Amino acid sequence: MKILVTVKEVATVEDEFEIDGTEIAEQYLGADLNEWDDYAIEEAVQLQEDGIADEVVTVTIGPEDCEQTIRQALAKGADRAVRVWDDTLEDVDLLDVNAKTEILSAVIEEEDPDLVLSGVQAGDDSFAATGVSVAENIGFQWGAVVNHLEHDLDDGIASVRRELEGGVEELTDIELPAVLTIQTGINEPRYASLRGIRQAQQKPMDVKALADIGVDESTIETELELTDMYEPESESDVTTWEGSADETASELGDLLRDKGVAQ
Amino acid sequence: MTDVLAVADHRRGELRDVSYEIITAGRQLADETGGDLHLAVISGTVDEFAEKLNREGVDAIHTVSHGEEFNHDVYSQAITQLYDDLAPQFVVTPNSVNGLDYAPAVANELDLPIVTDTVDLETDGETLIATREMYGGKVETTNELEGDAIVTIRGAEWPAAEGTGDAAIEAFEADIDEDAVGSTVSGFEEVGGGDVDISEAELLVSIGRGIEEEENLDLIRDLADTLDATLSSSRPIVDNGWLPKNRQVGQSGKVVTPDVYIAIGISGAVQHVAGMKGSDTIVAINTDPNAPIMDIADYAIVDDLFDVVPELIEEFEG
Ligand SMILES: Cc1cc2nc3c(=O)[nH]c(=O)nc-3n(C[C@H](O)[C@H](O)[C@H](O)COP(=O)(O)OP(=O)(O)OC[C@H]3O[C@@H](n4cnc5c(N)ncnc54)[C@H](O)[C@@H]3O)c2cc1C
Repeated sequence: MKILVTVKEVATVEDEFEIDGTEIAEQYLGADLNEWDDYAIEEAVQLQEDGIADEVVTVTIGPEDCEQTIRQALAKGADRAVRVWDDTLEDVDLLDVNAKTEILSAVIEEEDPDLVLSGVQAGDDSFAATGVSVAENIGFQWGAVVNHLEHDLDDGIASVRRELEGGVEELTDIELPAVLTIQTGINEPRYASLRGIRQAQQKPMDVKALADIGVDESTIETELELTDMYEPESESDVTTWEGSADETASELGDLLRDKGVAQ
Repeated sequence: MTDVLAVADHRRGELRDVSYEIITAGRQLADETGGDLHLAVISGTVDEFAEKLNREGVDAIHTVSHGEEFNHDVYSQAITQLYDDLAPQFVVTPNSVNGLDYAPAVANELDLPIVTDTVDLETDGETLIATREMYGGKVETTNELEGDAIVTIRGAEWPAAEGTGDAAIEAFEADIDEDAVGSTVSGFEEVGGGDVDISEAELLVSIGRGIEEEENLDLIRDLADTLDATLSSSRPIVDNGWLPKNRQVGQSGKVVTPDVYIAIGISGAVQHVAGMKGSDTIVAINTDPNAPIMDIADYAIVDDLFDVVPELIEEFEG
C-alpha cells in the first residue's frame, strides 16, 4: 500500500522577539520540521519496514526554503517528496484550513494513497483541522488525535486509539482509505542517519505550481484574514525573584518551608 | 437577525464542562447578531442531557437520538442537517478532541470557513472577529472573516452558563446514512495507572523539555528526593519514554492540585496548564521571561535550571 504523509516546516520563535505588523519579525524566527509531522513520518516509515507500505511519499505546501526540512523526512526513510508552491501563496499571511485542504486534496487525488498520515496540529498556527478537513473533502474516512495504530491493517481496517482528554483512550476501527492525524508519543521518531542524509539528496522531489495540480487560484482564496498580532496581555501578578542562582534558590526554599511542604 | 447553533460534548454518559461554556459563548454571539441560540445534543441519553443543558440563555435544544457514544460521521450528518434546517450564521463547537474530529469535516461539507481554538469572539452580525493564539501561546492574533462560519472554542475561556432556562426541547429526526459511517468505536481504556498518583501529591516537582537529555533527569530526581516531593512532567518527557504516562500533567494526562507546583523548564502550553492551573501556588523556573507559564505562575525564577536546581538541592541538604 501507499502512504502519503503531510509534512510542514513550521516557524519557531526565539524567547525574545518583536512583532512587525501581523508577523513576527524575520530575525527572531527559525524553522523546523513540525513536531507532530515527525511522528507521522516515523509511523509511515515503520509501516514500510514492517512490509505493510510499499511507498511513502511526503507532501508539503511551502517555498523552496523548506526543502531542507523536507529532506529530513526523506533522510528518515520517505521515498520521495512533493512540494507545492506558487507566487500567489507568497503574500498570504495565513493560509487557512480551506486553502490547505484544496491544495492537499489535489495532490492526494493525484497520488491515490491508501493511507494519509498527518500531524495532529502544526506547532506554529495550531489549527489542528487540516487532516479531518482533507479527509471529508476527498471522501476518505478519518481519525483525529491517533496515538496508536495497529500495523496489520487487516481487511482494509485501521485499528487505532484516539487519545481523548483526561487519560482516556478510545479504541476505534476505521475503514481505509483514511486520513489519520498523528499525536506525539505514538512512536519514537528516529534521528536521520548520515547515510540517510546522503541518500536523501538523491531522492526525487517534485515541485508543483497550483496549475500543475489543477487548483484554480480562486479556490484557495483564504477566507480568514489575520488582522492583528500582539503579545498576550499578561494577567499575571508573578513575583520574580532576582539575583544569583543561590539567592533565588534560597527564596524558593523559604517559600517551600513557609508553605509547610518541605523542611 | 441570525442564529447560532452550538454543539454539546459528552462522554460515557456525562456532559463535559465545555458544554456549559459553549452556551455562554453561543449566547454572547447570538446577542451580538440579535438571534436565537440553538443547542444540539447528539447521541447518548439526549433527553437527560437536554434537561441539564436547559440553562439561562438557550432558546432551543435539538436532541438527536442515535447511538450511545460519539461517532464523527453521525455528528457530521446531524449537524449538517440541523444547519440546513436552522440556517444559523455560526456553528460553535468545543475545541475538544472530539470537536476536532467532526468540526473540520462539517466545515468542509458545508463549505464554511473554520477557525479553531478561539479564546474570544466578537461579531457585528457580519464580520466575525476571532481571537486565537499562535506559536504555542507566545502571541495572540485576531482573525476576521465575513459571513457564516464554524468556530471551535477553547475550554475554560468562557464561564459555564448557569440558571434554569425555558428552552424548547425538540427531537430532531436526523436522517443518518449508516453506509456513510466508516468508523466504529469498540471501547475505552483508562491509561496511566501505576505506582504513584500524582493527583494526590502536596508538592510536585514537574519537569519539561528544558531538561534536554534523559541523563539530566537524575538531577530532578535528586531534587524530588531531597524535598520529599513527587515527580511529574509535561508531555514531551513522557512521549520520549523518560517517565511513565502516569506522571504526565495536562489535558491528556492528569489534573493535579498540589499545594505547590514547581514547573521546571516547562513553557506552559495550554494543554499542560489545563492539568495544573488549580495548584495552590505555582513556581516557574524558566530561562524565558515571556514563557506562557509566567501568566499563571505566582513566583518565578528566570534562570537556567541547571544553575538553580543544584542550589536548591544544596539548600535542603546542607
Ligand atoms: C491534543 C493535545 C494534547 C496534549 N496534551 C498535553 C498534556 O496532557 N500535557 C502536556 O504537558 N502537554 C500536552 N500537549 C503538548 C503541549 O501542546 C506542549 O507541546 C507541551 O506541553 C510542551 O512541553 P514543555 O513545556 O515541556 O516543552 P516546551 O514547550 O518545549 O518548553 C520548554 C521550556 O523550557 C524552557 N527551558 C529550556 N531550557 C531551559 C533551561 N536550561 N532552564 C530553564 N528553562 C529552560 C524553555 O524556555 C521553554 O519554556 C498536548 C498537545 C495536544 C495537541
